[in-house]
Amino acid sequence: MSDARTFAVQLRADLKVFVRNPAALFFTAILPVIFLTLFVSIFGNNRAGGAYGNIRVSTLQVPAFIALAVVSASFVGLAMGLVSLREDGVLKRVRGTPVAPWIVFAGRIGTAFVSAAIVTAILCAIGAMAFGVTLPTTTLPGLVATLAVGAASFCALGIAYTRLIPSEDAGPAMTNAVVLPLYFISGVFVPVSELSHGLRTVAGLLPVKPFVDALTVAFDPRTTGAGFAGGDLAVLAGWGAAGLLLAVAFFQWTPRSHAG
Amino acid sequence: MAAHPADGAAIEVDGLRKSYGGFEAVRGLSLHVRRGEIFAFLGPNGAGKTTTVEIMEGFRRRDAGDVRVLGVDPEDGGRDWRARIGIVLQEGQAQPKLTVRETLALWSAYYPRPKPVEETIALVGLGEKADDRVGRLSGGQRRRLDVGLALIGDPELIFLDEPTTGFDPVARRAAWAVIADLRDLGKTVFLTTHYLDEAQELADRVAIIKGGVIVAEGPPESLGAGSTTVTEISFVPPAEVDVREMSGGPAIDVAPDGVARIRTELPTRVLAELCGWAAGRGIELERLEVTRPTLEDVYLELVRSDEPAAAAS
Repeated sequence: MSDARTFAVQLRADLKVFVRNPAALFFTAILPVIFLTLFVSIFGNNRAGGAYGNIRVSTLQVPAFIALAVVSASFVGLAMGLVSLREDGVLKRVRGTPVAPWIVFAGRIGTAFVSAAIVTAILCAIGAMAFGVTLPTTTLPGLVATLAVGAASFCALGIAYTRLIPSEDAGPAMTNAVVLPLYFISGVFVPVSELSHGLRTVAGLLPVKPFVDALTVAFDPRTTGAGFAGGDLAVLAGWGAAGLLLAVAFFQWTPRSHAG
Repeated sequence: MAAHPADGAAIEVDGLRKSYGGFEAVRGLSLHVRRGEIFAFLGPNGAGKTTTVEIMEGFRRRDAGDVRVLGVDPEDGGRDWRARIGIVLQEGQAQPKLTVRETLALWSAYYPRPKPVEETIALVGLGEKADDRVGRLSGGQRRRLDVGLALIGDPELIFLDEPTTGFDPVARRAAWAVIADLRDLGKTVFLTTHYLDEAQELADRVAIIKGGVIVAEGPPESLGAGSTTVTEISFVPPAEVDVREMSGGPAIDVAPDGVARIRTELPTRVLAELCGWAAGRGIELERLEVTRPTLEDVYLELVRSDEPAAAAS
């Protein structure tokens, strides 16, 4: 069987595993929708003011929770999913088959892309219909590029991060310990204008804030051109490249929590 | 393919060595497995079994020695080589959220010339469970799926690492039937086990590993009753007779329960002497038994020593 055909079979199997995993489904697909609805309901849908002038709050919240959904599907999804496969001995056994190793990752990455795309579409639909968010049109290329670079980079980081997670039980705590603080300092839950200058600078060097910012540029009605936030995408891609190198160098196929 | 000598060995290992830190787990191990045989690899925990098998499967690198599996060095074993071997690891290995059929269909896509999925399901007897998720199978059913995953690529050589651990007796018999069928299909089977009856039932040849080297090798019946091994004669002498008065006879141990035991490599002669002596005195030897050691006795004898290296050197 050709590798392309094997990849198609792997992707279909991984998508089935994803929809049969209630926790993954909840955190990736349902939680961002709940957050969007709650935040706009609690904080109102007025004009944002400040640097964002006339823009509605919901127009800022939609890209923020798209970022959360993408990070959840890619970074959290791959880190937890691969650790669980590794600790169950599935990865070790798969290594004993002739399958090309990239196919094992590609199935998971493809699942992250598909689920991230679907949740993005749902969040856009709710934003537009319930809260009057203006969806990107001319900036659609920028939005798509940002989603692709973001999902790819966070997938690479998630694969690399598995090296630090010692057991399946440690997975949820160790991934959330990384992403939750990043959400708070990157403008997902709290406007970055509320943060100190130092914290903002630090957040700008980490991957989540550039991702939120690049998505926000694509959603900002005042953006002219195709909506590419070059600087933010460069930081994001840099993190992705670093994650890829670390993943290639240090990825572990055999269980760690019991001698294999 | 050049690696297909018709009568060649399936596995050739010579002088294999592997250390972890300062501990030498495998110290100059050699073994040869012929094509088409079921070869059982026995040994206590920590004897170097798993290390040896994982080197042959290509999961670990060796420090020294020569290893050829299907004519290929496992360290150079590419995808073509992997397609020719099947592996059952000790731990489960299938994604719990897929069904049996989905799992086998996925794995069949990993191989260039897979067996049909339905045929494999039938072969391992999971027909009624084909649409159940792996996570809901019993331990025995999961193990059968593992065997199915080892067979789906239609390999020439199958490594089975303790395939029936945790099985009830009925499930073990069923698994044995599946393994015996593999021989009929012309497959070579390398079976790691610590059940002696399993080796005795299935294996054409057995090797016992201890302290990182092979301490015995051969067909199970030759290991159990070979000319170099000892036969035991036991009986209960009458209480008033002191068996030690049997002049010129072999050493006799009398246990506290009154059972006398003679261990000898010449059972015919010893038995003749013993019976002549008893008949001459009109003594009846109660519960007279002549037993040849089973594979289990030989195995226990070999591994009992507390010095791991004693039998090895």
